[in-house]
Amino acid sequence: MGENNFDDLASVRAGLKSVNYLADEGIASVVFLAERLGKPILVEGPAGVGKTELAKSVAAMMNSRLIRLQCYEGLDEAKALYEWNYKKQLLRIQSDRGANAGNEDWADVQDDIFNDEFLLTRPLLEAITADDPVVLLIDEVDRVEIETEALLLEILSDYQVSIPELGTIKAKQIPLVFLTSNNTRELSEALKRRCLFLHIDYPDLDREKEIVLNRVDGIEDNLAEQVARVVRSIRQIELKKSPSVSETLDWARTLVLLGIDNIDIEVAKESLHILLKYQSDIEKARKELSIEG
Amino acid sequence: MLDLMSGFVVELRNAGLPVSLTENLDAMQAIKHIPIEDRDAFKYALATTLVKNEQHWKAFETVFEVYFSMRGPGYSVTENEDGEIDEDSLEEWMSQQMKGMGGRGSGEDMSPEEIAEMLYRALMNGDEAMMAAMARAAVTQFAGMEPGRPVGGTYYLYRTLRNLDLDGMLERMMEEAGEKSESDLTTLQERLEREEFQNRIDDLKKEIEAEIRRRLVADRGVEAMAKTLKKPLPEDVDFMHASREEMASIRKAIQPLTRKLAARLARKRKHKRRGPLDFRATVRQSLSYGGVPAEPRFRNPRPNKPELIVVADISGSVAAFARFTLHLVYALQNQFSKVRSFVFIDGIDEVTRMFQDEEDINNAVHRVNTEADVVWVDGHSDYGHAFGVFWEKFGHEISSKSTVMFLGDARNNYHATNAWVVKETAKKARSTFWLNPEPKSYWDTGDSVISEYSTHTDGVFECRNLRQLEGFVDHLA
Ligand SMILES: Nc1ncnc2c1ncn2[C@@H]1O[C@H](COP(=O)(O)OP(=O)(O)OP(=O)(O)O)[C@@H](O)[C@H]1O
Ligand SMILES: [Mg+2]
Repeated sequence: MGENNFDDLASVRAGLKSVNYLADEGIASVVFLAERLGKPILVEGPAGVGKTELAKSVAAMMNSRLIRLQCYEGLDEAKALYEWNYKKQLLRIQSDRGANAGNEDWADVQDDIFNDEFLLTRPLLEAITADDPVVLLIDEVDRVEIETEALLLEILSDYQVSIPELGTIKAKQIPLVFLTSNNTRELSEALKRRCLFLHIDYPDLDREKEIVLNRVDGIEDNLAEQVARVVRSIRQIELKKSPSVSETLDWARTLVLLGIDNIDIEVAKESLHILLKYQSDIEKARKELSIEG
Repeated sequence: MLDLMSGFVVELRNAGLPVSLTENLDAMQAIKHIPIEDRDAFKYALATTLVKNEQHWKAFETVFEVYFSMRGPGYSVTENEDGEIDEDSLEEWMSQQMKGMGGRGSGEDMSPEEIAEMLYRALMNGDEAMMAAMARAAVTQFAGMEPGRPVGGTYYLYRTLRNLDLDGMLERMMEEAGEKSESDLTTLQERLEREEFQNRIDDLKKEIEAEIRRRLVADRGVEAMAKTLKKPLPEDVDFMHASREEMASIRKAIQPLTRKLAARLARKRKHKRRGPLDFRATVRQSLSYGGVPAEPRFRNPRPNKPELIVVADISGSVAAFARFTLHLVYALQNQFSKVRSFVFIDGIDEVTRMFQDEEDINNAVHRVNTEADVVWVDGHSDYGHAFGVFWEKFGHEISSKSTVMFLGDARNNYHATNAWVVKETAKKARSTFWLNPEPKSYWDTGDSVISEYSTHTDGVFECRNLRQLEGFVDHLA
């Protein structure tokens, strides 16, 4: 990386704010260190607290390209790293045959079909070979199988890829890497050791209010404060699924659209379903907030 | 600095956190990039390199606060060039603190009433700087700390808080808020106001606690304090001896645990069983290899989920264990074709319905404790009688698809054991297990008759904490 991209902690926080991402000191510290140490960040936390958004925002702040590898069960090397475009290779062999029928040796064919032209570059390889600065987001890494996780670990350790037919490709630069996890399974110790760890929790009152003010057009300070307070209150109830930041934002936007400037019992009662997804949660929250009836 | 850091890592390991060598080195690297006087950044730099599990954060924080309690703004402990804490300045600082403990010091010229009043104002206005200053003054005034006195931090905390009467302050704040608003507060507004004030009070308590801790560390040294504050991680808390606070931490830990387990069980089932060869799909796939069936395809296996029957002792000290296990089992019920549950003390009752009717597992568990009809004679455990009734009423419903779990310490108050029920159950069921929340060394001592039951089962497991419970459930599917 050589050059430091960030002067200090405060500039990370300010930079993120300039792209409308409100980081707390913990988040800013880890991003700052990841860049200084050239280490990947493993981001964990409940759904909708801004894990994916963090990677996007860091890319935007650094004017870097975001390369995203969305993980799913069954993701393999061919989809994550690279794959030979065998259809195209077959076509080439066929057309070569047509041209000089019979008199060519296998080595020629091989040289011919195993080169960049037939290589399908997938996100990991793309991030490694990029010339321009990139941020690599490996989203929901807990969904892949152990074998694929091992592959990721290898790449995040060496920043190089060896392709048997082409040789070893070394990264020109170490990209800033984010791995997000919803913690549906324990990741390997080795991967965790390799990464800086960042747990993002629901934001505190002040930060959530700031997020609302930044992301919801035309909202008044007073309403943003009330929204944040009600959401904090609801999160203290033991629910199947607590409202996430995205749900807070949905709710705030709806209130603005409806022209509401004050959350009274009636408003809360009528709009709770935007914050909460389960009927049992809605009922429980109504009871707790005593806005039944 | 090197010594300081390795000492810190030793304390973390003492607290049960797994810290590897590479992580230790990473931490050393990380702090080079952080301005050392920025205490929070310093803390996050250590945390992100050393703690890779959210559940361990609290333990980390406690160790950090003790270990680095004498550093940070306002605590002018200077370092010499090697980055070691300068002995002289440390001594000076300590003697200042000691003076404070004698009843003089920062809050010197204020009366108790004045301190309380200023604190109230600070809380009402949400003035954090003032709250911190008043927290210190309050400790000086009310805690009555004396050097070398062998009492714990909780004692001083209690003394300080009792003198402050924070509950009273909360009510006063609510009144003032009510008077300020034009109309009466609605129930919703009232709740929100109260939460806001409560939040500030909680912050204040933390501040007071931190102040007491700093003074104790200054008095007794880091190692001694770290030892007294050592607490087990949530996954290691003993079900049978958990405090209220620990219970809450277990409840919190159980949700992510079930999500993890569910995903793991589902994945396992998928991998373990392969269906028969799918001929057509294999041929179709072979087309891309020029007709060579290079990649055989298999049909999806028919998922073969066991039916689970839980029979749980919910008397006294094992009740918490039964509750957590039931909670876990029902959170995982998708992994089983059916779950039925029975609870007993000396009588036995089926509670499956309560879990079916209630969408919320916590409510269901609560209902089990309040509604289940489990007392037959005197409400003291009688496994023998409970099992006898179980067999008579439900024995015929156990089949070769059933996995049966017995939960309890098998402390039978010297009643007849009726162990034949477990034997007959094991004969009919696919598998039968016993989970015991007591430490193994207690088994078969006193009125524990665990072996009489467990010889008939496919396995008996010690389940004292979440970690062991997780291990068992993993093994189950
Ligand atoms: N700190 C923040 N500043 C600004 N916006 C935020 C912040 N955190 C969350 N958001 C908002 O919340 C939305 C949801 O965040 P995001 O999709 O990143 O969540 P996530 O943690 O990746 O969730 P999931 O686990 O479901 O993938 C974002 O689109 C953004 O609008
Ligand atoms: Mg996401």
